Amino acid sequence: MASALINVPAKAKRGEIIEIKTLMSHIMETGYRHTATGEVIPRDIITSFTCRFNGKEIFRADLFPAISANPFFTFFTTATESGKFEFEWIGDKGFSETASASIAVE
Amino acid sequence: MLDPTTRRDFLALAGSAAMLAVTLRPAKATPATMASAIRTVVGTAPVKNGKVKLEVPPLVENGNTVPMTVSVASPMAPEDHVLSIHVFNEKNPQPNIGNFYLGPLAGRAQVSTRIRLADSQKIIAIAKLSDGTFWSASVEVIVTLAACTEEPV
Repeated sequence: MASALINVPAKAKRGEIIEIKTLMSHIMETGYRHTATGEVIPRDIITSFTCRFNGKEIFRADLFPAISANPFFTFFTTATESGKFEFEWIGDKGFSETASASIAVE
Repeated sequence: MLDPTTRRDFLALAGSAAMLAVTLRPAKATPATMASAIRTVVGTAPVKNGKVKLEVPPLVENGNTVPMTVSVASPMAPEDHVLSIHVFNEKNPQPNIGNFYLGPLAGRAQVSTRIRLADSQKIIAIAKLSDGTFWSASVEVIVTLAACTEEPV
């Protein structure tokens, strides 16, 4: 079962640069491994991660098999106003997960 | 049953098994495919050294999860900011590691993640700036236990 871990400060001062950490549990099967009988294990990875703040994109990543299992990202944004961060992960086999976090900017 | 007399023997054995798996794989990114992957991002524009800082441990024990941080010296102002960061490798099965796109509110041009490395190799990070220039940094990494190609248990 997929689950996300999100770390966003609950409060920030206007103009402050804040750090956002996200982790999505996912096997990130590369598609380059074989079973004991020699069959290729099909690729199963997250291909895209997006973070939006109040609807505007602030960070996006294209993922490849070279990203480790349970993809983890740390990135930054400037706190401009109170609002909501929305996170979205999209991947192979119809994988789609979302999460959100709110911040109060004073 | 494996009887590792010493840790060193065991590591040597594990290392040679990993090497075997790597050499048996036909499709693999090479410096040439990495160069062409880079060209698809930068086009014909020159890529200069500098501004970018790529932090990866120089000696990696487990290639399955290697911490990586890329940062770019940039004021991140509307008139001068980083649009995207692209990371490439030369010996994984695929030359791309990740593309990271920063919005106008990014605040700081820095991203961290964890990556897989199939072999000891060179990693390159390239940043695209708002003025259309490309800047890069590269590191050589030594990997003891390879990722991607190992067989499931």
